[in-house]
Amino acid sequence: MMNYSPARSDPPDTPRNPAIRADALNVIRGTRQVLRDLDFTVPRGQITGLLGPSGCGKTTLMRAIVGTQAKVTGTLDVLGHPAGHPALRTRIGYVTQAPSVYDDLTISQNLAYFAAILDPGHAAADRRHENVTRAIADVDLTSHADALAGNLSGGQRSRVSLAVALLGTPELLVLDEPTVGLDPVLRRDLWNLFHDIAASRGATLLISSHVMDEAERCHRLLLMREGRILADDTPDALRTRTNSETVEAAFLHLVDEAVAAARTKETTR
Amino acid sequence: MTTTTSTSPAPRPAPTGPLNLARTTATAARVLRQLHHDPRSIALMLLVPCVMLFLLRYVFDGSPHTFDSIGASLLGIFPLITMFLVTSIATLRERTSGTLERLLAMPLGKGDLIAGYALAFGTLAIIQSALATGLALWFLGLDVTGSPWLLLLVALLDALLGTALGLFVSAFAASEFQAVQFMPAVIFPQLLLCGLFTPRDNMHPALEAISNVLPMSYAVDGMNEVLKHTDMTANFVRDALIVAGCALLVLGLGAATLRRRTA
Repeated sequence: MMNYSPARSDPPDTPRNPAIRADALNVIRGTRQVLRDLDFTVPRGQITGLLGPSGCGKTTLMRAIVGTQAKVTGTLDVLGHPAGHPALRTRIGYVTQAPSVYDDLTISQNLAYFAAILDPGHAAADRRHENVTRAIADVDLTSHADALAGNLSGGQRSRVSLAVALLGTPELLVLDEPTVGLDPVLRRDLWNLFHDIAASRGATLLISSHVMDEAERCHRLLLMREGRILADDTPDALRTRTNSETVEAAFLHLVDEAVAAARTKETTR
Repeated sequence: MTTTTSTSPAPRPAPTGPLNLARTTATAARVLRQLHHDPRSIALMLLVPCVMLFLLRYVFDGSPHTFDSIGASLLGIFPLITMFLVTSIATLRERTSGTLERLLAMPLGKGDLIAGYALAFGTLAIIQSALATGLALWFLGLDVTGSPWLLLLVALLDALLGTALGLFVSAFAASEFQAVQFMPAVIFPQLLLCGLFTPRDNMHPALEAISNVLPMSYAVDGMNEVLKHTDMTANFVRDALIVAGCALLVLGLGAATLRRRTA
């Protein structure tokens, strides 16, 4: 069970330990098994891409990691605690696929509220103000700070949602398709920001996408299909291993391999 | 906690117990700020009860005594209905927009969220009730024997009850469309049985028994106590306590419907 209990001795949380460690991780939604026996680690201070077709379980895995997914069994340790542990709530930034911000508040009001939840009290007011200003600048929305979130374009709203996750300098950022629907310039800028966050703040990023060309920008990749991990490697190693030009080709190669393996299993049975 | 983090750049506030004052007031301020961007809703919330009382006064132009009893009851019922509607829609929006999931993944206690909503809408209810009570007493000639402060107190407790019911019901509504349908389902039976149309002891015994367990009956009873007696009667205290107790009970049930982990 991964629900925390005080009696359990957690592994010491040192920078050398992986940020996320999953072992025999299963998730059931309704009657369907969405994640099957996952076993992987996500290293610290790097960008790990979570790639796979839509419906393969990426969002469920991310929700399990941030502790909002029910019916999770197996081991899932995040920053040295079982996933969902109260101590993790200020240390993880999570951005859902659909922007989750208040449409009837301005950008700065949205951020000010979430900042007050993360770091409450009068004493922290200055620090909060700094954090809010920096987060808005990070996502390049300073000129829109006083605009209502509901009046923004889709891409701008998702950047507000991202800015909320950047508040409070989280050690782990879990981003669910953060670049969907953005123009190429913005996508490049965001990826530069992600690399900057990993390099200068030492944060770990787990970023999902179903666009394979974004894979090349990650340090490591987790390729998923139908609730299983197909591969866990660096983009280079993946391409070399499968003898492919691109990560997309490597992914297709691995899918074909998996399908073939399943077929042989069936015929030999 | 025995673990230490070497990468933590700013002091981290420890995850807190059931209620944190700063987070509660931040939530209340946020809810009021949202309303601030929606002046039309505020105007509707504050003015509609006044217009209804005004209308009622002249509907019963020939029998001011009827206006006294119905008017006083309505002063308790309006805040309940308004706050029920506003809270059920507001919390439903919080659930469907993903902001609730985001908040519960942060160090926000469920109690902070609920108390924040209750505080924000309670403030609004005070303004609404003060306007409606003032209008009824000083401009429409509502003849009340007891203190107007007691009317205001009951109105406030009713508003709290409305907030609690709205919060609870929003957990069972999948859309705004369904949430609005809960209004007739939850409020109308209470409205029919609360003694507004006919004294409760004149009802069929079965209905009277049902009305005895519905909180709105006590809200109306409380108002009628203020209407007829100069000072705080034992019955008034009982009625007020029952309404307050129901509100707290339903708020607790509402808190139980907020889950950090969902399927």
